[in-house]
Amino acid sequence: MVRQGKGRLGQDSVPPAYQSLTTITRMAHLSFTPNLARLTPCPDADLPAATIAQLFERYFSEWPGVRSYVLDDQGAVRKHIRVLVDGLNLRDRRQLSDALAAQSKVFVFQALSGG
Amino acid sequence: MADRLLVGTRKGLFIIERGTTGWDITRAALLGDPVTMVLVDRSGQLHAAVEHGHYGVKLMRSRDDGEIWEERPVPRYPPAPAGEADSDPVRQTPVPWDLQRIWSLECGAPERPGELWCGTLPGGLFHSTDGGDSWQLVESLWRHPDRKRWAGGGADYPGIHSILVDPRNADILRIGVSCGGVWASFDGGASWECYGEGMRAAFLPSDQAYDPQIQDPHRVVQCAAAPDRLWIQHHNGIFRSTDGGRHWQEIETAQPSCFGFAVAVHPGNPDIAWFVPGVRDDARYAVAGQVVVSRTRNGGRSFEVLRTGLPQRHAYDLVYRHGLDVDGSGEQLAFGSTTGNLWISEDQGAGWEQISGFLPPVYCVRFM
Repeated sequence: MVRQGKGRLGQDSVPPAYQSLTTITRMAHLSFTPNLARLTPCPDADLPAATIAQLFERYFSEWPGVRSYVLDDQGAVRKHIRVLVDGLNLRDRRQLSDALAAQSKVFVFQALSGG
Repeated sequence: MADRLLVGTRKGLFIIERGTTGWDITRAALLGDPVTMVLVDRSGQLHAAVEHGHYGVKLMRSRDDGEIWEERPVPRYPPAPAGEADSDPVRQTPVPWDLQRIWSLECGAPERPGELWCGTLPGGLFHSTDGGDSWQLVESLWRHPDRKRWAGGGADYPGIHSILVDPRNADILRIGVSCGGVWASFDGGASWECYGEGMRAAFLPSDQAYDPQIQDPHRVVQCAAAPDRLWIQHHNGIFRSTDGGRHWQEIETAQPSCFGFAVAVHPGNPDIAWFVPGVRDDARYAVAGQVVVSRTRNGGRSFEVLRTGLPQRHAYDLVYRHGLDVDGSGEQLAFGSTTGNLWISEDQGAGWEQISGFLPPVYCVRFM
C-alpha cells in the first residue's frame, strides 16, 4: 500500500546542515479531541517545532497538565491515544522522532476502545 | 457510627448518607469515569483514583465533601533502566514502568497527618508526606529482586491491593499483592520481607503450592484493636494469622463457599470477620443465585450464612475485593456488587437494606 500524505518529511529528509535553519521555518498546528477538554484545558496551539518531541515539549511547557493525558511515565504515547501527523499515524510512539513539515497539522485523540 | 459512605464505581463516585428517612444517594461525582479507589484523609479531604481508559490514571481531590474536584499529582514510575529484564514471570510480557491502576490508598500515622500510602499496578508502592501533593516510589520494594517474581492475576500486571499501617507503630507496614503474597516492613518501608508460611495456592502443583511469593491473597485486613490478627480472602480460600502474618492457617469450613474477593474484620474484635462468597474461581457469581454474607464470630471455627434482606433468587452478584467495608464501630457494614447493587447493614450483617439496585458496577465502598 502506498501511504499518501502531504508534506510529511521522513526523519532523514533534511540534511543535518540545514536542520536548524529548517526548524525555525516550521510551524505546526497542534489540536486535541474535544473529549480531552472535559478533563483538562488543552487549547489549540501553533508552535515552532521540527519533530513531534519538540512540539509536545513546547506545548507541555505551556500546558503541563496535558502531558500525562498523552504520554505515559516513560514518555511514550499512551497505548490508547492516537496521534495523526498530517493525517498519518505517528510512527515513533516512543521517541516521538517523527519529523514535521513547514505547516504540519497534528491531531491527538483517543483510539477506539473501552465501553 | 458512620453516617456517610463513599462508593467508587465504573462510572463515577457516589456519596451515600443516612438522613432522617434512611440511607440515600446524596451526590454523584466524576460521572462517566471509573473510580478504582477512594480515601478520606485525616484532614477530611476526599481522594478519588480515576482510571481513564485512554488518558491514564489520575488522582482527584475534593476539599468540600465531593462538590468540587481538582486534579492532583499521581505517583510516577522512574525511567526504566535500559536493557533490564522485567517481565511477568507467567505471561512473559514486559512489566511497564508506568502507572496502570491505583488499587489502594491508606492514611499513615495519625501523628503524621500528611502521610499517605498508595498501592498500584504494576506493583509499585508509593509514599506521600504532604497529603498527596507529591509521591515517592518505595524503591526498596520495587527494586527488591523478588518483586520480579510477582505475577498478574486477573489483571495483566501484579498489583498492591492492601496496605496495612500498624496502629501501634506506623513504621510497621504490611501489604497484600496479587499475585505476590504478603510483605512486611518494620522500618517505614526501608526494607521488606515476604510473609506467608502456611498459605496455599491450590491451583498450583503441590511442590509449588506453599511458595509464599506466588500466593494470591485477594484482600488482607487487620484488626485495629489486635493488629497481629489478620484475615485473608485468598484466591482459593480463607486464611487467618494470629502472629502478624508470619504464619497462616487455612479455614476450609466456610459456607456456602470459601471463594471470594472481599473480607472485613471487626475493628474491636479480631474473631469477627465477614466474607461475601462466590462460586469457585472459574465461575465467580453468587452461589446458587443467592447473595449471602458469611460471618464468623469465633475466629473461624464456625460460620453463619447471613441472607436477611439479600436477594435469594436469580441473583448473580460478585463483590470485588474493595467492595465490602465495616465502619469504625463494627456495627455497620456495606457492600456493593458488579451488578450495581448496594446494601448496608446496621446490625453486623444480621439484616441488610438495599440502598440501590441501579449503580454502575461497584469497585470500592468506604465509610467516611
